[in-house]
Amino acid sequence: MKNGRDPVIVGIADASLKDGKFVTNASVLGHAALVAKAAVEEAGLKLSDVDGLLTAGMWGVPGPGQLATVTLGEYLNIMPTFVDGTNIGGSAFEAHVAHAAMALREGYCEVALIVYSSDQKSLRSRNLGGRPSVLSMQHETPYGMPTPVGGYAMAAQRHMHEYGTTSENLAEIAVATRKWAQLNPEATRRDPLSIDDVLSSTMISEPLHLLDCCLVTDGAGAIVMTTAERARDLKSKPVAVKGYGEAHTHWAIGEMPDLARLLPAQKAGERAMKMAGVSHSDIDVVEIYDSFTITVLLSLEALGFCKIGEGGDFVSGQRTAPGGRFPMNTSGGGLSALHPGMFGMFLLIEAVRQLRGDCGERQVEGAETALVHGTGGTLSSGATVILQKD
Amino acid sequence: MITEKPLPVIDHDSAPYWEAAREGRLDIPLCGDCGKHHFYPRSVCPYCHSDNLSFDTVSGRGEVHTFTIARRPAGPAFADDVPYVVALIELEEGPRMMSRIQTDDPENVHIGAKVEVTFVKATDEVTFPYFKII
Repeated sequence: MKNGRDPVIVGIADASLKDGKFVTNASVLGHAALVAKAAVEEAGLKLSDVDGLLTAGMWGVPGPGQLATVTLGEYLNIMPTFVDGTNIGGSAFEAHVAHAAMALREGYCEVALIVYSSDQKSLRSRNLGGRPSVLSMQHETPYGMPTPVGGYAMAAQRHMHEYGTTSENLAEIAVATRKWAQLNPEATRRDPLSIDDVLSSTMISEPLHLLDCCLVTDGAGAIVMTTAERARDLKSKPVAVKGYGEAHTHWAIGEMPDLARLLPAQKAGERAMKMAGVSHSDIDVVEIYDSFTITVLLSLEALGFCKIGEGGDFVSGQRTAPGGRFPMNTSGGGLSALHPGMFGMFLLIEAVRQLRGDCGERQVEGAETALVHGTGGTLSSGATVILQKD
Repeated sequence: MITEKPLPVIDHDSAPYWEAAREGRLDIPLCGDCGKHHFYPRSVCPYCHSDNLSFDTVSGRGEVHTFTIARRPAGPAFADDVPYVVALIELEEGPRMMSRIQTDDPENVHIGAKVEVTFVKATDEVTFPYFKII
């Protein structure tokens, strides 16, 4: 049953990159502000209309980034009365959509702005070491755990052991995703890629090769949400937020309840699909966080697109590539389009573009319902959003 | 440039564990109510949430639950170790703990391999429980 306060997405924007770096000169907050402005203007709104502000990032820590919404609100000179700085890793933005949806339904806010920005590539701030050896990490970092790839590698190793999944299965995902990137002029890596290329790329953390890993780029993106009622007077074509769910299980990979099974995706996915009243066969396009190839395989199984352990078979034969039966990660994903550290924002933006029919060469014909699933941390958190053409 | 390896920042939860390791024992928390061991050390049992906990010396035996061979180091401090094996060990008593497999033959490590603790002194303060294949 439709209600005037049903949540919809009315604006999106992302920053252009060249060779994975921002093309405009601005600080990390400057890029956040530019995409925020672009997203509200695309919707036919103004930044001064925003009363809900949601963000997550890795910038300015320690320092002003510790209070990210506060710092961003100051920069934009807006005074939100609904804020959410939930940071559960790269899936934070799917959770933000859920939280904004609830605030909109409740009448707690009218226009919600979700923003992300990262200049990690320009700053060269990304490395494999990472996590300071405090609290739970005192039992992991000193052993030389490559972070985060080592945790994903351990999950992949376990999945291979339990279900016979192969490196070729994982490579299918990287290759299919690259084919989508080749159809996206904004994607960072567009050169041809074969399964052999993936398998012969440098081994980073066994069994994961370099080309099983996402890119390291800059990136900024923003999403504007409001109610269906308010959207009627706006110029953009709204996309409805029909369902959502979120969950997390652990931070240290050693605490993951089952390394071959992605419980947060299972819980979040079930809840989101039930809320939306959709089944797997209703989904036309799928955007799944691809920090690593194994992340996708575990997500597909946990979300119920195939049985647990059958992910390898499911993705074989380039099923997820352009022209395949299961259009997935249509922008080229974190593996080939961009990965600024927290990719969940860009999964949502691509899903909205697909449902609007704005994807040009990579447009999925007749896309009406999309499933977006983010994963954050070290397979720690999951958040699912079901979007529908209004 | 010599880059020092990261050392654990020992806190009140973990101090007895690290102290035991220094003395060549693997001591982990045992719940006086549900009877389960857990790792890493916490102030409440992660299974029944009792705070009736004490440290118990365990066998130091277990098996490789999963692992990775690091071909790229986790930062420059580990560059000389490559390739090295980081493994999640499932102890006979149940809990899993992250550690290193001490081996000259990383290719030979496999899931299910039986292992035993071996203590490797890093500094006067810190001794790490590593594991070797038995």
